[in-house]
Amino acid sequence: MRTPVQAADSSAAAISLRSTAWLALTLVLVAAPHAGRLPLWLSAITCVMCGWRLYLAHRRQPLPARWLLVFIVAAGLAAIALEYRTLFGRDAGVALLVLMISLKLMETRSQRDGMIVAFISYFLVITNFFYTQSIPTALYLLACVWLITAAMIGLQYALEPPHYRVQLRSSAVMLVQSAPLMLVFFVLFPRVQGPLWGMPSDAFAGVTGLSESMSPGSLNKLVFSDDVALRAAFAGKVPLPNKLYWRGPVLTEFDGRNWTTAPRAVRNAIELDRRSDAVRYTVTVEPHNRRWLFALDMPGVLPPRAVITADHLLLSRTPVTSRVRYDMESHLDYQVGVDDSPASLRRMVHLPEAFNPQTTALGQRLRAQLGNNEAIMNSALDYLREQKFVYTLEPPLLGLHAVDEFMFRTRSGFCEHFSSAFVVLMRAAGVPARVVTGYLGGEYNALGNYLIVRQYDAHAWAEVWLENRGWVRVDPTNAVSPARAEGGITAALPQGANLPRGARTSNKLLHQLAMTWDSVANAWNQTILGYNLETQRALLYRTGLDESTWRTLAILLILATTVITLLLAFLVLRNPASKHDPVLTAYRRFCAKTARAGLPRSDSEGPLDYAARLARARPQIAITVHTITQCYVTLRYGKAEHHGNLKQLQQYVAQFSI
Amino acid sequence: MLATLKAQLTGWMFSPRAVESGEIELLRSRVYILPTRQGMIFAIVLLMTLLGAINYSLSLGFVLTFLLAAMAFNGMLYTFRNLVRLRVHVARPQPVFAGETVQFAVHLFNPASYHRYAIGISREKNLHESFNYADVAAGASTVLPLDVPSERRGWMSAGRITLFTRFPLGLYQAWSYLQPDVRCIVYPRPAAAGLPLPPAEAAAGSGSSLGQGHEDFAGLRAYHAGDPPRHIAWKAAARGQGLLTKQFSGQAAQEVWLTWEKLPQRMPVEEKISCLARWVLDAHTQNLAYGLRLPGSEIAMARADAQRDRCLEALALFNLPSSGDAG
Repeated sequence: MRTPVQAADSSAAAISLRSTAWLALTLVLVAAPHAGRLPLWLSAITCVMCGWRLYLAHRRQPLPARWLLVFIVAAGLAAIALEYRTLFGRDAGVALLVLMISLKLMETRSQRDGMIVAFISYFLVITNFFYTQSIPTALYLLACVWLITAAMIGLQYALEPPHYRVQLRSSAVMLVQSAPLMLVFFVLFPRVQGPLWGMPSDAFAGVTGLSESMSPGSLNKLVFSDDVALRAAFAGKVPLPNKLYWRGPVLTEFDGRNWTTAPRAVRNAIELDRRSDAVRYTVTVEPHNRRWLFALDMPGVLPPRAVITADHLLLSRTPVTSRVRYDMESHLDYQVGVDDSPASLRRMVHLPEAFNPQTTALGQRLRAQLGNNEAIMNSALDYLREQKFVYTLEPPLLGLHAVDEFMFRTRSGFCEHFSSAFVVLMRAAGVPARVVTGYLGGEYNALGNYLIVRQYDAHAWAEVWLENRGWVRVDPTNAVSPARAEGGITAALPQGANLPRGARTSNKLLHQLAMTWDSVANAWNQTILGYNLETQRALLYRTGLDESTWRTLAILLILATTVITLLLAFLVLRNPASKHDPVLTAYRRFCAKTARAGLPRSDSEGPLDYAARLARARPQIAITVHTITQCYVTLRYGKAEHHGNLKQLQQYVAQFSI
Repeated sequence: MLATLKAQLTGWMFSPRAVESGEIELLRSRVYILPTRQGMIFAIVLLMTLLGAINYSLSLGFVLTFLLAAMAFNGMLYTFRNLVRLRVHVARPQPVFAGETVQFAVHLFNPASYHRYAIGISREKNLHESFNYADVAAGASTVLPLDVPSERRGWMSAGRITLFTRFPLGLYQAWSYLQPDVRCIVYPRPAAAGLPLPPAEAAAGSGSSLGQGHEDFAGLRAYHAGDPPRHIAWKAAARGQGLLTKQFSGQAAQEVWLTWEKLPQRMPVEEKISCLARWVLDAHTQNLAYGLRLPGSEIAMARADAQRDRCLEALALFNLPSSGDAG
């Protein structure tokens, strides 16, 4: 064994090069996923700091003076404030944390400082979850936690540390043994509905999705994203692709260029004339930081804590900032809005003055010729079909009278152009009409039996109000490119068109792999990431604990924790080694022999004292007793090189007799 | 007031144990454990991650928080395990002179199948002094030196020793108190050199042989530069006892009685003892035969290490209660 070394109090002891290297390594690893989001200069500073600290530790040079570090902190703060225009919020907060931890490393002298660096590293782990909680991220950060824990263990060796593998193994053992307790707490810890306090305004920046307005090119952006918008698991058969209209924001206000939503009254009840059986399914919406919840045209029930607008859009009470799951029923054959008031319908024929004169004239002509709303609608659809309109994702730029140019000159565009132009034409003809945005279709994952709807499935269509039929869905894009509704966007576009990675799948195997991966990710989302207040309640209800109050949860938690801790304590603290101590066994055998002779050793008696007493009592065996005791004491308290004498001790004891 | 209360509470909680002899096993009941300051900070960090996880609905934030909390919680078992069932035996230390440091050799034996790391030792629960640490491999033993400065002559016991550890996470400190029945004799601090020895008395019937003879082996003494190499006890050196020089005597050259009465009457007692200690050392260095006469006791004329130790011990314990503790 190594000789003991005088050291100051271990928590104030200087930190070794090895520990410094561990801390720097874990810091870099845990900050690495942020590198793409942080300004380049900050990543560079972090790397430079780590390198500098290691160099100083290697050369045993003193750490930089405090004023220099204060200067770097001040400069860093100013730069972050300039970069993010604030020091608060999610992104700036992460940047601050990274700056602080890399500077903390620069003034890490003692074991105590090292512990603080390890703690901040743990905290940096959780900041990564603000951005993604995918399976690869989780695995990567689990590895980081493993290494940070190993680094923390490394700080505790007061003397020469053992091989670093010992550290890694200890860390792994401790983490694995913590898993049961973690699981119990994950399942049973009383969940509350967040947020506890206001989220920073940038908390959900950068999520893709539909918006409350549609201007030329806005949907176009979505088409190049293969992010998942929602997943839907159907109880029965999945409806035909051309029925999969996922209803999103309804746009009614037009200013000549942009379509926007109007603030509309919300209701707590659904007014719907159901003309077909309900299609039942469960929707999981990815966070999009808006309030709407998607359902197939037309939703027949309200999800919990949701309302519905007059134009049949489901709204959550709070923005969807985390994955939301709800059971839904839709009626694909329906009738709505037959009794809409003339006042509200009048607003649906409003068009801004002095825009698109040609389209306005065409509409007025149609009204004059046909007079009937339905006939006007059909005639307009025929017009789109016959006039050789082209479906393309790269339409030419449009000027002031965008609809006129599209209708009579360029005649190429995609869903937003078609729906916008169609609704403008209808309104010009005096037919109440509006634009509906949402998603169309989705990809069926046979492995997990659910439908994946991605951002590139974003779509815009129209609704027209007809007497006695109410609001009727019309998809002008369908008139031009029927393939869009049947086979998705890939089918609608010619080969070679620019499309997101995942959209066009040429390789069968790759596609199969992608589908498998998505079903795994979906299971992860549903069970782990989607575990919340409701699922916790549902789970406890299913296990028969209908009263999932805090009290029940607390009792369960305490019980489970006690059982697990007792089991672990048994595992960790049991006495596996007593039989592996041959020296003590031999000495005990010797003591048993002397005890039989009427001279038992008392508990508090040291071996040497006992030997002396034996020698006084039985001088004839004094030499043997002395030899055995010396042998035992040497083995027990002597240096390691004397361990060869064990056999001798055992032999002496075997031959010993009184 | 508060300090008294604290002392009383500590006394009640960690009730002082009787002095124990022989090997002491750190049983569960005598190992205490509490979080360290770092442990408290870690708890605050975990609270912050928990709040973050709740606020942002981060499922993996919950996973991380609970994983770390469970690990910290289980870490208590590991810190406890690092100390519990350790067997401790404190060897009797070599005598020292007052003012020198007594080094108690604390033998730690690890009967378990796992290694124990970073076991520290201290006499007071004072975190600012520097401590000795030792690692103890599975089934092995190691020596942990405990340095205690001595102040006065007499017996000095090891006192209450604290063995502590923070391994593996540093979030907890486990410790145990023990009071082994081990004491060290502290010789009186010898007076400064210079005081001449009392005049030698011719031994009765002594012959004329002078100085160190070569005839009879008389004992060993520490090697001094200049000793003839053939007098060095090489066997002893091989045993690791350091360099010793064999001493031989023909017949006693000179005999000196070191007596209490020879010192000035007015001299304080402790100073007298110091002077006598100095004389013992000087007489020993000069390889004289000497005896010691103290009020009420006498040590017969002899020479060599054993005589020196006998005399110094008598001086160390002179006029002290028999169980006196100079610690």
